[in-house]
Amino acid sequence: MRDVYIIGIGQTKYGEHWEKSLRALVVEAGLKAIEDANIYSKEIQAIFGGNMSAGSTIYQDNIGSLISDFSGLSVNRIPAMRIENGSASGGAAVHAGFVSVASGFYDTVLVGGVEKLTDVSMEDQAEIVSGEVDQEWELFNGGTLAGLQALMARRYMHEYGAKREEIAMLPVLSHEHGSENPYAHFRNRIKVEDVINATMVADPLTMLDMAPASDGAAVLILASEEKVRQIKPEVKIKISGSAMSSDFMSLQSRENLLELKAVRDSTEKALKMSKSDIKRVKIVETHDSSSIMGLLILEEIGLFPKGKAGKYLEEGYGHKDSRVAINTSGGLKAKGHPMGATGIGQIVESVIQLRGKAEKRQVHNADMALAINVAGTGSASISHVLEVV
Amino acid sequence: MTIPRYWREFQHRYRLIGTKCPKCGRIYFPPREVCPYCHRESIGKMQKVEIKNTGKVYSYTVIHQDVPDFKFLKPYLFIIAEMDSGVKVSGQLVDVSPEDVRIGMPVRISFRRIREEDRAGIIEYGYKFIPDE
Repeated sequence: MRDVYIIGIGQTKYGEHWEKSLRALVVEAGLKAIEDANIYSKEIQAIFGGNMSAGSTIYQDNIGSLISDFSGLSVNRIPAMRIENGSASGGAAVHAGFVSVASGFYDTVLVGGVEKLTDVSMEDQAEIVSGEVDQEWELFNGGTLAGLQALMARRYMHEYGAKREEIAMLPVLSHEHGSENPYAHFRNRIKVEDVINATMVADPLTMLDMAPASDGAAVLILASEEKVRQIKPEVKIKISGSAMSSDFMSLQSRENLLELKAVRDSTEKALKMSKSDIKRVKIVETHDSSSIMGLLILEEIGLFPKGKAGKYLEEGYGHKDSRVAINTSGGLKAKGHPMGATGIGQIVESVIQLRGKAEKRQVHNADMALAINVAGTGSASISHVLEVV
Repeated sequence: MTIPRYWREFQHRYRLIGTKCPKCGRIYFPPREVCPYCHRESIGKMQKVEIKNTGKVYSYTVIHQDVPDFKFLKPYLFIIAEMDSGVKVSGQLVDVSPEDVRIGMPVRISFRRIREEDRAGIIEYGYKFIPDE
C-alpha cells in the first residue's frame, strides 16, 4: 500500500446560499482546491463525489457526472462517481479516494462533497435528513433522526446520571470555536442556558443541540508520494490512517444504545494504520450532528470516560488551548452540516490547522488530527488520521 | 407510498412478526433473512416468530418536529421498548401524558393507525405502544 497525501483543499462558506445552486457550490470549492494544490485540472485522474440527498432536494441524481462536467473535467474523460452514505457520504468519499491512490491505481484524485438543502422547505428538510435512518422500521413509525438521537440522550442521562447541562457543553464549545471560523454557518457564541431553553426538537434535545441544515461544499486533492515530490508543498500532510466501519442500521437493533461500535472500530483501525494512539492526537473533529452524538463519539474513541465527556468539557478540555482541541472548525453544530460535504470539511479544517493557517483558532503545535464522520445514529463511521510528515 | 410497499410488511406491522435464527436462537425485529452471527448456517432457515407484545420503556422522547406525515400529531411520544422476549422495538407511545412516562414503565403493543396519505390514498396501520399498568 502506498502513502497518500493531501495536496489541495477548498471549501465554500457553509450556510444558506440562496443565490448558489448545488453545482455552483461544488465548482467553487473544487476550483479553490485545484488552485491550492498548484496543479492543472488535467492532472486529476478521478473524482469521488460525496452527496447524500440531491435526489430528494433538487431531484438531481448522477451527481458524479454533474461535478465532472461543471468542473470542466468531463472533456478529460475521467471516471467520476458519487458516494452516498447519509451524513457520512463525505468521509466515505475520502476513504474511496484514499483507497484508489493507496492501491496504486491513481496518482491524483479529487474528492468533493456537496449538499444543497435550502432548495426545499424546512418540513421537507426534516424528512430528508431522516433519510439515513431505517425508513420502514424507524421513520415509518415517526422515529426521526433527531428523535432517535434524543432516545440516546435520555438513556445517557439515565444510565450515567449525566446532567442536561453537561450535554449542552459541546454546542457551546463548537460555537466558541466556530465564531473564529470565517467558513462557519454560525459565528455567534452561545451559553449553556441558551441551549437548554431553545425551541424543543426532541426532548431533551433542543434546536441548539442539533446541527443546522446547511448548504456547502468541500474538496480535497489527494496524491501519491510520486506526485507530492513533483509539487513540493510547503507542508507535507499525509493521511496516515483511513478506515470505515458499519453497525446495525436502526437503533432498536443495537444491544446498547450508548455504544457506537462502528466509531470505535473505524477509529481503532485508523489509529493502528497510522501507528499511533489517541493520546498523540492534538485535534479531533467529532460528528456532532447532535450534542449527544458528538459526546458519545468522544467517549467511544477513548478521549473521555463513558458518561463524563460533558463534565470534562466543563473543566476546559476540548478548548483549542487544551491538550486536545475539539471541533476547532465549529463542528457540525456551528460550522454547519451540508451532509455530503461534512466529512470532507472536517479534513479541510484539519489540514488548515496542520498547515498552521487557522489564525485565531490555531492550535499550538498541531501535528496530528483525527476526523470522525458518522451516519445516522452510528450505522456507518469513517475515521481519518492526518499528520504532518 | 405505493400499496405493495406497505402491504408486503402487513404481518410484521400488524402482528409483530420477527424472525428467529435456528442456530443461535437470537430473535430479530425487524425481521431479517440472515443472522449476522451465524451467516450461511442461517440462510433459508430463519423462522418466523411472533414477538410477545409486552415490554418496558427503555428510552423515550417527545418529538416536536414538523415532519410532513406526523405534524398533526406533534408533539408525540416516541420510545424504544425492551420487549419481554428480549428484542428492542421502537415506536410511538400513546394514551399517556409525557410527564407520566418513565424508563422501566410497562408497555404493550396496540394495533393503531400510523398515518394516511391524501384523501384518495391508503390509510397505513401498524403498532403503537400503550401503557400496560
